[in-house]
Formats: sequence, structure tokens, C-alpha cells
Amino acid sequence: MKAFLMHRDRDFDWDRELPPNAGDLDQDLGLATLLSAMAGGDAFLFDVARRALLSGLRDPQEIVYRQQVLRDCIGHAPVVAEMYATAVEAIEGERQVYRAWMDYPAGILRRGVEVLQLFLGQLRKLRRIADAHAGEFRSPGFAALFDTLRTELSDDYLASVEEHLRKLKFQHGVLISARLGKGGKGVDYVLREPRQPRPVWREWLSFLDRSDLTLWIHPRDEQGPKYLSELRDRGLNLAANALAQSTDHILSFFRMLRAELGFYLGCLNLRQRLVERGEPICFPTPLAPDRPSLSCRGLYDVCLALRREGKVVGNDVDATGRSLVMITGPNQGGKSTFLRSVGLAQLMMQCGMFVGAEDFRASPAEVLFTHFRREEDVTMVSGKLDEELRRMREIADRLVPGGLVLFNESFAATNEREGAEIASAVVEALVEAGVRVFFVTHSYELAHRFHARCREEALFLRAERRADGERTFRMIEGEPLPTSYGEDLYRAIFGEDAEAAGAGPEV
Amino acid sequence: MDTGRDERAERDAGVAGRAAGPGDTDVGEGGAPGGPVVPFVSILFLSPEQRAGVEGLEEPPFFRDLNLDQVVESITASHRDHDLKPFFHALPRDLALVRYRQQVFRDLEHEDVWSCLQSFVEGMRSMRRHLAQVEKLYYRTQKQLWFLDAVEIYLEAVRDLCRGLEGTACESEGLRRLHDFLKDYTGSAEFTALADETARLKGDLASLTYCLTVFDNHVTVSRYESEADYAARVLDTFEKFRRGAVKDYRVKFREPIEMNHVEAGVLDRVALLYPEVFRALADYVERHRDYLHDTIAEFDREIQFYLAYLEQVRRFQEAGLAFCYPEVSERSKAVRATRTFDLALAGRLVPEGSTVVCNDFHLEGPERIFVVTGPNQGGKTTFARTFGQLHYLAGIGCPVPGSEAKLFLFDQLLVHFERRESLTDLRGKLQDDLLRIHEILGQATPNSILIMNEVFTSTTFRDALYLSKRVLERVMQLDLLCVCVTFVDELAFLGERVVSMMSTVSPDDPAVRTFEVVRKPADGRAYAVAIAEKYGLTRERLRERIAR
Repeated sequence: MKAFLMHRDRDFDWDRELPPNAGDLDQDLGLATLLSAMAGGDAFLFDVARRALLSGLRDPQEIVYRQQVLRDCIGHAPVVAEMYATAVEAIEGERQVYRAWMDYPAGILRRGVEVLQLFLGQLRKLRRIADAHAGEFRSPGFAALFDTLRTELSDDYLASVEEHLRKLKFQHGVLISARLGKGGKGVDYVLREPRQPRPVWREWLSFLDRSDLTLWIHPRDEQGPKYLSELRDRGLNLAANALAQSTDHILSFFRMLRAELGFYLGCLNLRQRLVERGEPICFPTPLAPDRPSLSCRGLYDVCLALRREGKVVGNDVDATGRSLVMITGPNQGGKSTFLRSVGLAQLMMQCGMFVGAEDFRASPAEVLFTHFRREEDVTMVSGKLDEELRRMREIADRLVPGGLVLFNESFAATNEREGAEIASAVVEALVEAGVRVFFVTHSYELAHRFHARCREEALFLRAERRADGERTFRMIEGEPLPTSYGEDLYRAIFGEDAEAAGAGPEV
Repeated sequence: MDTGRDERAERDAGVAGRAAGPGDTDVGEGGAPGGPVVPFVSILFLSPEQRAGVEGLEEPPFFRDLNLDQVVESITASHRDHDLKPFFHALPRDLALVRYRQQVFRDLEHEDVWSCLQSFVEGMRSMRRHLAQVEKLYYRTQKQLWFLDAVEIYLEAVRDLCRGLEGTACESEGLRRLHDFLKDYTGSAEFTALADETARLKGDLASLTYCLTVFDNHVTVSRYESEADYAARVLDTFEKFRRGAVKDYRVKFREPIEMNHVEAGVLDRVALLYPEVFRALADYVERHRDYLHDTIAEFDREIQFYLAYLEQVRRFQEAGLAFCYPEVSERSKAVRATRTFDLALAGRLVPEGSTVVCNDFHLEGPERIFVVTGPNQGGKTTFARTFGQLHYLAGIGCPVPGSEAKLFLFDQLLVHFERRESLTDLRGKLQDDLLRIHEILGQATPNSILIMNEVFTSTTFRDALYLSKRVLERVMQLDLLCVCVTFVDELAFLGERVVSMMSTVSPDDPAVRTFEVVRKPADGRAYAVAIAEKYGLTRERLRERIAR
């Protein structure tokens, strides 16, 4: 029995190891802000959101499947919350059932019966929710879940579980079969379906008839009862195991349901926050992955929006069919922010969420890597360039065609020419291998090389700067300019006097 | 070790051909197959007389000096319950026996023969464990069932061995005779009747399934009436929730071999439920107490000598070291060995993955004495030990380290190793040395081998030179085969009977020993010059430095 809210045909794999670049993505894209907004203070939701975000989908149809589920959640938030609560109650309840005597089959069995009793109640509750609301949901995901709940948890089925609960109390003793093992010791103990209880008068008779085939433990036999219950335990062993494993399976069903619903609850939390701030959100359109594409209207950095008061600037970009997007322009002009907004939107789209934009269409990436220049040298062992190249080697080890790499001022830890040499070699190799690249640089040298060489597959963006030197934080299409805008900054900070200090003519 | 059958045939033939010469008693001369049928006596000895007195034999005096005690200890370590050491301590000096054992070894090198005998001894081991258990157990029915298993294992081991040997082309006299014996034995009415009865009884017992009803303070035994497996029904009901692996909640019970009284009570009641089967069991035990055949029991122990030795050989072969069947002669002292090594040392080096250095030696014509000189810790003593080990092992009919060897069947192995314990009294020590050498030379015959390691180290060089010369002259008079490890270079130039061997160092770095001992003239200075060069202290270099 599965929830199928994350995938049409399988469970979400919550135990899957996160990609090795998870840490880089966290750090470079500032995921913590996004995830905290989704979690709303709940550590479980934080973890679920992180796992979903970092193990995205590639197939546009799968993405749309989740989008549909999410739309249903937006439309029926209270029902979703009730189902989530039911799963949480089951999980918390199980945790509180006493775990004593777990090294004896009898103890395991006793606990199993108690847990099963609890789960039966919660399963009934889910069934009632399904009965009441099935008609209101539109998405294939929810339709399938409700359908499953109603057929698998039929009245007959629930009655058969009740019957097991009765039998497992073994009110007439246990019947065990066995065979003679090595040296006549019993082996292959198997618990058997209880025989028809004998009429009461036979019961009485057998009590009187101390048949040769019955062994009675003498009241003064101190060890006897222990050995007898060990014999009973051997008989119960497999059944107790079966019951405990079964309740574990039901528990994991509840856990799965909780986690899958939890992801959508997280999305609802985030949506709430963004709507409060008046920021636009939209369901993105995942394009066919065979052609590198990205086009957007009003794309903004969701994390920046969550952190900052006031509206953030959105960007309109059309990089349809472009495998290289090179972003140049003045420092503090919004290049990095734009790069992050691309990474975030890509991740959010690929896990089935809405994105921070008025409109967003893009081809899903096979893998997403970030290679950002790190301000602090964590290791201190090697030089900065070494560190950057080592990270690049790690990325290259795991890159596949159809991947996406976001570079932010990479390979700038050396002189410009050398940096450009390295960077252009890397970028060229990646693009040739079918990898999409977004490259933020203030190196004219590097940008210019590409501008001269590959206009067709590349898009060149520039952080806009008005004639008066003011930054709009908007990316506009445009070829790289030979000067960076450090002087702007200088002027902004030092005031107009700087102009007299001899800034060169602008192009 | 070369195991190809063609090669074997060729080699045996070669030896046999030479053996045609009058008076030559080399291995290979022995009785050709096809003679009168000789009944199986022993896999280790040719006659009961030869075997007599072997039991309880202590190790020979030279074992410790040659590290043969370590070698034998390591070989027999995993076969302790068979008390194999006396077999390694006995040296019958009988070429026919060397041949008899070598043949068995050669047969065992064939994988089919090997595994056939391995499973036989494994079966016998298991049988003995069962019998020991019968003694320890308390409840009668349980004892009877363990006894039944012991007999079953025995029958199977014997039958499998006979059948297994059938399919192999054993060529050794020992195994062929054994096989004949086994065919007679397993075909006997006594054996087949026992086998039939055992199988029937086991089958009857295995087919019993009974039921227990445990309730309150009693348990009732009844016949099983095909009631459904309840655990399976539980699993079935919850199958729909199954996802992935879950914890295994099965409790592991302690499984002592013994029964407690409740189990025993249950078994008694099962016996009541099926009286015929258990009556037959009691009767069986009564009638078959003496099922074990003496010849089988004896063979089981003696064959371990071969298995244990070959197990050791295989370990070394896996490390790339060679073993071979030495050509053994009781006449020719032109001994030789190629790529041979010290078994005890290899036993330490191989497990830690270190390289074992192999050496060659040979004597020809009038040569009798190896004088071994060269830098210390360079493998000189190891060479001496190797020489001794090789001859001893060849003498008891075993394959020896090396890719090829021709060895002498000696009558005594005389060993003089320096005793380090009595260093306090130098004069006493020299005297002691001389006394021991005198005693040794008194025992020696022309067929003896003498190994001397670092004698006369406690005296002046002059004394040492003088004494050593005298002793070696005596050795030459006796025509002994001899290895003499010494720091006295001069001993290496005592004439045609002496062969000089030197331990060597790496040409690149004189501090590195190669552990190779090679045939070359003694030159104590070569090492000193090399080591001086390394530290820039040669005469020329020193002069240059001082000149500056």
C-alpha cells in the first residue's frame, strides 16, 4: 500500500543518500532560508523539504504530476492537514507503546497486539476521510490515494484484522508443530492455526485424565515453568516476528504518508509567506530536456524575498536554446542574485513546486552543480586556486550531459589572463559535452573570448547600469563591456568628488 | 611442485633406468607395480616392524637448532588431536620408504584425490566429535540418536572414500592397496547390512512431525494433523503494507546440545507416540557398538601426516614458492637444490606478506663442504638451516622447498650451533665448544651430515683460524657433507673439497641485505668498501676532503 503523492508509481526514497554536492547547494544558493520558510519551525518538515528539493525530477510529466497534487493541497488545505495529523498520531502512539520483554517472543507478540490495535483505529480514520472527501480532489495523485484507502481498507479487511487481534491472545493455549532435529531436539517449530476448541466437558475430562502424552510441570519444579515457556516461545517466535514486522510495515506506511504530505504542507507554508509579501508565484512549465532552455518573466531570488523587507527585482530573460549564459557587468549589480534565482527556480521546479516568478519555463537539468568563488579559504592548506580546481575536479567526476553548472566568479583567484584561460577551457569542454552553463564573471577577458567565438549557443547578459550610474539590479541582454563598474561603486561611496579624480570616458 | 602425470612417469622412469646399475640404491629402484598382491598395512610404513617404536618418539636433538621444531609445530598445529609429531620425529633411513611416501604425496597433489581424502578425514573428525558427545549426554534416547549419527557419518565417509578413489588414477602403492582393502570392506555383508539399517532408521525418524499444545503448566504431545501455519497467515494479512526490509524480530535461542528435562519429557512422549521407531533405535545401538574398523581408524590418523604437510606446502605455493620431490640417494654426495628456502623463516615471512629470498646450492666431484662467509644478518645461518631442513625432510619422504633438488640420504644429522647462554665464562665456552665438536665428530660416519654455525667466535682470530682448520681437516678425512658458517675467510680456501658461499648486499646500497647466498670466493673487504663509499669515507674521497 503506497501513498503515491510524490511519484505516480513509487514511493519517494527518503533514505536515499543526498547528492555529494548538497552542501555546496545549501551554501551557494542559501537554501536554509527557503527550507526554514517551508518548515515553519518543524524540523521534520525541514528535512523532508530538503530531501525533496535536493533530489529533483527530470521528467516533465513527473513534475506536472506533483504540481497537480500541490494544486489540490492549495485547494483543500484543511483535509490535507487532517490526514497529516492522523499519520502523526499513529507514529507518535506507536512510539509510546512500552518496549519491554522484547527479547522474548511472548513480549514481542504482546506489544505487537497493542500496536496493531492502535493502528487499526488510525486506519479507520483514514478510511473515513477518504469516504468523505474523495470526490473533491482533482489530481491523479490524490485520486489514487483515496482509491487505495477505500479498496485496501475495506470493511472486510478491517474485520479480518480484528479477528487476528482476537486469536493472537491465545486463550486456549498454543498449538505448535515440530520435528526431530539433531539428537532428538525439537526443530522447525511452527505455530499452527488453533484447533477447534473442544467442548467444555471434554476440557474438564482432559484435566482429570493425566494422559501419558501430557507432561505436567510439578508445582515444586523450579526450572520447569521456565523451560515450558521457552518451548512456547519457540513456537511463538516466527508468529511474533511476523506480527512485529507487519506492524513495522504499517508504521512505515504511516511514515511515508506523513513525509509525502509533509512536503506539500511545506509548500503551503512557503506559499503563505510569499503571498503575504505580495511576491508573485507561478507553476513553472518544464520543457523537454533535450534542448537547453530557460525563459522567465519576473524571476526573483525567493530567499532574498524572504529575508528582505520590500519588493525584490525580477528579471526577464530568454535563453531558449542557449547552452551558455554569460553574465557580466558591474559589481553589486545583481549578478549573483540573478544566478541564485536561476538555481533556486530550477531546483523548485524540478521537485514539483511553484517558483518565484511571473512565468518560468525551463528544461530540467540532469544534475545541478554550483561552483561559487568562496570568500574564505576553509582548508587553509592549499591556495585558493588549488581549492577551486579541486572542487571543479570533483564536479567533473560526477557531471553528465544534460547537467547544469552555475559558476560564480570562478577561477578568478589568479591573474585575469590565466583565470580566463582556465575558465574558458573548462566552459568550452562542458558545453561541448552537452552541459548547460551559467557563468557570472566580471572578467572582460573571459566574456569577450566567448563573445568572439560562440554567439549562437551563448547568451550574454549584463547587469544593467543606467547612464547616471545607478544600478537597477536587472539583467539586460548585451555584449560584455571592457570596463567593470568598480568606479561606480567608488563614486557611490565616495560621492561626486570622485569624478574629478579622473574617471575615464565610458563606452 | 610439478604435478603433471606425464612428467612424473618420465621422472620415475628416468630414476628407475639409472637404478639398473649394479649396487645403486637410489629411489626409483623399488618394486614395480604388478607384483603379487600385498595386503594394506599402513600408509606411512612398509611393515609393522618399521612402525614399532615410533609412538611417543621425542624430537631429535638438532630440531631446535635447525628450527625444524617450528616447522613441525606449524605443520601439525591444525591436526593436534592426531598426535602426528612422532611421525615427523622418526627417520627410518629406508629408500624404499622414501619412495613409498613420495608416491602417496604425488597422488595427493591431484585435486580429486586430495579433496576425496580431505572429506574422509573431515567425516572421521565429525564422527569422533559425535562419539565424544554420546559420552557427555545424559538422556538415553538422546545418546542413542547421537550414536546413530556417528555411525551414519562413518559409513558415509568410508563409502565416499572408496567411491572417490575409484574415479581417480591413484598410482601409489599405498593408496592402491588401501583402495583394494576398502572395496573388500564396503562390499562385505557386515558393512552393507549396517548401512541399510542405519538409513532405514534415519529415514523413519526424519519423517516424524508431531504437535505440542502448550497451555498453563502442561504440554501435550499429539500427532500433527496438517493445521495451517499461523505466522504465514499473519504475514499474508498485512502483506499489502510491506515495503522494503524490516527488522528481524526472531529471537535467537541458546541451543545447547544437551536437553532440559522438559525437552527430554517431550522426546519421551514422542517415543510413546511412535513406539516401533524408538524400539528399533535402542536395539540398533545395542548391536553395533563395535562398528569402527581398526584399519580405517589407523589410516585416518596416518594420512594426516600427508595432508598436514601438503596443506603447508600449498600455503607456500600460493605465495609463489616452489616445492619439489627430491631425488634421494644414499651413495652420491653430489647434492644440489635450486630456488630453495628456509621453511621456518618462510613460515614467518609469508603471512606478513614479506618476500622470501630463495637460494641455490650444489656440490659436484670432490666438493663436500660449504664454507659460508659474508656480512652478518645476511642469510648465512638461514642457508645452513635450509641445508639441514632439506635433507631431513627428504629423508622422511616429504617434498622439499625448491624447484629441483638432489639430496643425500644421511644416517645422522650432526649440528653444532653456538650456544649463546654461557657467554660469561669465555674460556669455559671455548672448552665447551671443543668438547661438543669432539663428541660430534666421534659419532660421525662417512654417511653423516655436519652443520656448524659460527663456532669459535669466543676466541681470538688466530685460535679460531687454527681450530677451525683442524676441525675441517677432520671433516675432510671423514668425507662428511658439511656446512660451516664462519667469519674466517681463510677457511674458504682449503682446497678442492671446499666451496665458498657468500651472503651479499645490494650493489646500490650496501646497508641493504639481499639475503642471497651465492657461490663466490670469500671477500670480507668488498662489503666494507661499499659501506664506506656510501658515507663518503673511501680512501680517495677522504683524501680529497682533507686536501680541501
